[in-house]
Amino acid sequence: MGDKADVWQGTLALMILKTLETLGPLHGYGIARRIEQISGDVLSLNYGTVYPALLKLEQEGAIESEWGVSDNNRKAKYYKLTRAGRKQSEREVRDWQQAQMILAKFLSATEPST
Amino acid sequence: MKAMRAWFHRSFGLFRKLRSDAEFTAELESHLQLHVEDNVRAGMTPEAARRDALMKLGGIEQTKENYRDRHGLPFLETLFQDLRFAFRTLRKSPGFTTVVLLTLALGIGANTSIFQLLDAVRLRRLPVSNPRELAQIEIRGGNHGFGISPSDDNLTYPLWEQIRAHQEGFSGAFAWSGSDEIPLGQGAEAKRVRGLYVTGETFTTLGVPPFRGRLFTEEDGRPGCGFPGVVISYGFWQSEFGGQDSAVGSTLLIDGHPIEVLGVTPPRFFGLDVGTNFDIAVPFCSIPAFRNSPVLMRRELFWLKVMGRLKPGWSLDRVSAELDAISPGIFEATVPDGYSAKTQDRYRAFRLAAYTGGSGVSGLREKYDASLWLLLGITGLVLLIAWANLANLMLARASRREREMAVRLALGAPRGRLILELLSEGLLLAVSGGVLGILLANAFSRSILWLLSTEHNLLELNLDPDWRMLGFTAAVVMGTCIVFALVPALRSSRSQPSDALRSGSRGLTSGRERFSFQRALVILQIAVSLVLLVGALLFVRSFRNLATLDPGFRERNILVAFINLAPLRFPTVEQYQPIADDLLQQIRSIPQVESAATSTHVLLNGSWTLGLHVRDLDTGSKFTWVSPGYFETMQIPLLAGRDFNDRDTPTSPHIAIVNDVFVRKYLGGANPIGMTMRTVEEPQYPSEVYEIVGVVKGTKYSTLRDDIPPESFGVASQFPPGTTWISVFIRSSASPAAVISALKEKVSRVSPELHAQVSVFQKDIENGLIPERMMATLSGFFGALAALLTTIGLYGVISYIVAMRRNEIGIRMALGASRGNVVGIVLRQTLMLLAVGVAVGVVLALFTARSASSLLFGLRPNDPSTFAGASVLLIGVALTASFVPARRASRVDPMVALRYE
Repeated sequence: MGDKADVWQGTLALMILKTLETLGPLHGYGIARRIEQISGDVLSLNYGTVYPALLKLEQEGAIESEWGVSDNNRKAKYYKLTRAGRKQSEREVRDWQQAQMILAKFLSATEPST
Repeated sequence: MKAMRAWFHRSFGLFRKLRSDAEFTAELESHLQLHVEDNVRAGMTPEAARRDALMKLGGIEQTKENYRDRHGLPFLETLFQDLRFAFRTLRKSPGFTTVVLLTLALGIGANTSIFQLLDAVRLRRLPVSNPRELAQIEIRGGNHGFGISPSDDNLTYPLWEQIRAHQEGFSGAFAWSGSDEIPLGQGAEAKRVRGLYVTGETFTTLGVPPFRGRLFTEEDGRPGCGFPGVVISYGFWQSEFGGQDSAVGSTLLIDGHPIEVLGVTPPRFFGLDVGTNFDIAVPFCSIPAFRNSPVLMRRELFWLKVMGRLKPGWSLDRVSAELDAISPGIFEATVPDGYSAKTQDRYRAFRLAAYTGGSGVSGLREKYDASLWLLLGITGLVLLIAWANLANLMLARASRREREMAVRLALGAPRGRLILELLSEGLLLAVSGGVLGILLANAFSRSILWLLSTEHNLLELNLDPDWRMLGFTAAVVMGTCIVFALVPALRSSRSQPSDALRSGSRGLTSGRERFSFQRALVILQIAVSLVLLVGALLFVRSFRNLATLDPGFRERNILVAFINLAPLRFPTVEQYQPIADDLLQQIRSIPQVESAATSTHVLLNGSWTLGLHVRDLDTGSKFTWVSPGYFETMQIPLLAGRDFNDRDTPTSPHIAIVNDVFVRKYLGGANPIGMTMRTVEEPQYPSEVYEIVGVVKGTKYSTLRDDIPPESFGVASQFPPGTTWISVFIRSSASPAAVISALKEKVSRVSPELHAQVSVFQKDIENGLIPERMMATLSGFFGALAALLTTIGLYGVISYIVAMRRNEIGIRMALGASRGNVVGIVLRQTLMLLAVGVAVGVVLALFTARSASSLLFGLRPNDPSTFAGASVLLIGVALTASFVPARRASRVDPMVALRYE
């Protein structure tokens, strides 16, 4: 365990935020399902890992929860983005894209210059 | 910021635990339902759908646990869990818990109590505003008993007036004198109350606000003030007036004068002498109106103390320098008459200086300081022994759970977690013990104060717990916890799992290592116990020496009556003498009285010295004036010459009797009868020539400890200042109560104004020995406690040895060793431990006993018989205690022992 888990938690949190931003309020099952879909089923995700991440985001104030009713009339706990969460999501996306850019330059720079 | 919010939520989570657990379970259920429905819609059977949903979830319990970990503060939760578990475990072994709690409570309580006393006597500041700014003005180096001076730091009233007029460094200065007994009321309700004399600005300078009414002002204190009023203490207000507001403005009959009560001082204010309290406060300027005595003008009477509040920015050194500068003028202006020029020059050489005054003054401090520090050391050592025992006990307990710990360690439990669990038991015990200890401490301190108080000298100290005492107790409790819980916990968690898992968990290496630690602890206990026993024996023997000392005079069946004749208010001093003679006659006429006589010196109380010139020697001796029959009353043998008799009158030649020490020291053993000596003049004691007519055996003079000094006696009728009071020594084998009532009746018949204070002489002597008795009792108690604790510890260790070597013992017995041999083996172990322990203890004791040398009497701190006695006592007790496990070892059936692994 250790570092890998934290990095994974960080990425998972961002994925959750993006999912909520795109799809709007959603319950835990739906979020997990969506993440698995988007990643093209490359990630074989244990749905249970989503819940601690949801809790952390809620404790940090990025999302808030509320019990509601699903399409088939099932009681479920819905999560939605707060304003702070929206800002956090935008910020982290920017950070990722910047990291990607730098890494891309770096990787292309390792080709021997002619 | 995010993290803080998270932490905030998690702390809340601790409390909302139950509800959110249920909520999360509901959420998981809902998640599963949704997934199952999707699966069914995708075509799975209900059972397959559920199975798939569960698998994708990743295990309900695991999910729940991850959730919970994030939810609350797991560290605190486990701590609470551990504490609850520890509480249950301790409850299951009540014997162990009781013993531990008792030991801790006693040890911590005793320590805290002594510290509390020390704090109250020595460290606390006066309950006035800004006590740090207060300073006391004294003569640099003390007044060396110049003139009449009960205390080295006292000054005279004329000196005070000079200081007041000329000092620069204080924003306010004041004088006070305390513990005088002032008659209150009259007739059947007459009693004596404790009086505090103050100057007008005392309360204002101290910053003491009135609790009711008002306190004195500078106006009230001006010379010739008459009776501006009196201020009463809070305690007196409660006891005399029941705390009623009507007290202010009412009148008290003080020494025959009706005086108005101006106000009440606050509850905490007790004056400036730590350990005392007062009932009424009177301004100095009222004294001339009370008693017809010029006491305020006497330049050789050092009876009051002066203090002041430093001006802002003035340091003690600066003030002292300023006082030093004005001293020559002050002392020149107040030189007392009636002394030789040489003595007067000595007076002129005095210099004033300022010393810190914020903690008040305290006779208590001088008397008990050394004892209290020593007691603190003693209780600290007892606590050390108790800790060692507890460490061993906890080690034993921990070792029983060794296997469990090893398994858990092997399974990957974090070591810190295990330590915490073991620690929680210790923490619980330590904190409970500490709380009990504080409660005990208060009771203990109060009992000590009660033991130290006498009727005349009621000790009062503010024993309220303050932050210092609580801090001290907390430190001790923490120390306790660390020592006897953490150490075993650390050691246990260090054990190698493989060793413990091996059957026969008395693994060789770990067992031996832990065992040498236990051995070291026991040796420490033995050594410390020896030190304490030596100390206890030294103090007990010291006290016995003092108590059984022959002081040279009779102690039993003697009453001392003090009668002040001043209330008769005769215009001249000579007129009191016939009254004094009459009183003595009356007392002698009481049928139960065998013998009575007066003396100006109450034995073992106070001191009076006169300078003498005898046979080319310029020296001095104690000088006491006694009536004829004194030596016979006190059964002091007359060695040569004659006693005083009725033919020695004020007008006949001055004669004196000296004691044998005088003869030996000043006259080289020559026969002194017929020799003359001349006294050096002092105020009220003009220079006289005395002819020596007799020699008596020397007696102890002002304390039992000091050697017998050279002493001279004059006849009472020739007492130079004149008789204004008498102290009568009365020998009677009848009950004191009967004699006292007869005496009081006779006295009031001579004159109703006269009042006799009678005490039993032996009781007074015993009271004088209270500090020594206290040390003997307490050190004896703690010494015994230490020995008991050590014996218990030794018992534990020996039992452990026996258990460890059961195999070996079984083999020996099978091979033919007798019971006695086995006992011998065990006892040999004990002896080895004892030998080392006693040796170390003796060395320690030799070092530490030196610190007590000032308190001992008739013994040197390295007194060999005491050391021998203590060692023998300790060894005897220890051997007896270890006999029990030894016998048990010898009773073991060899077959059982062999089979035991």
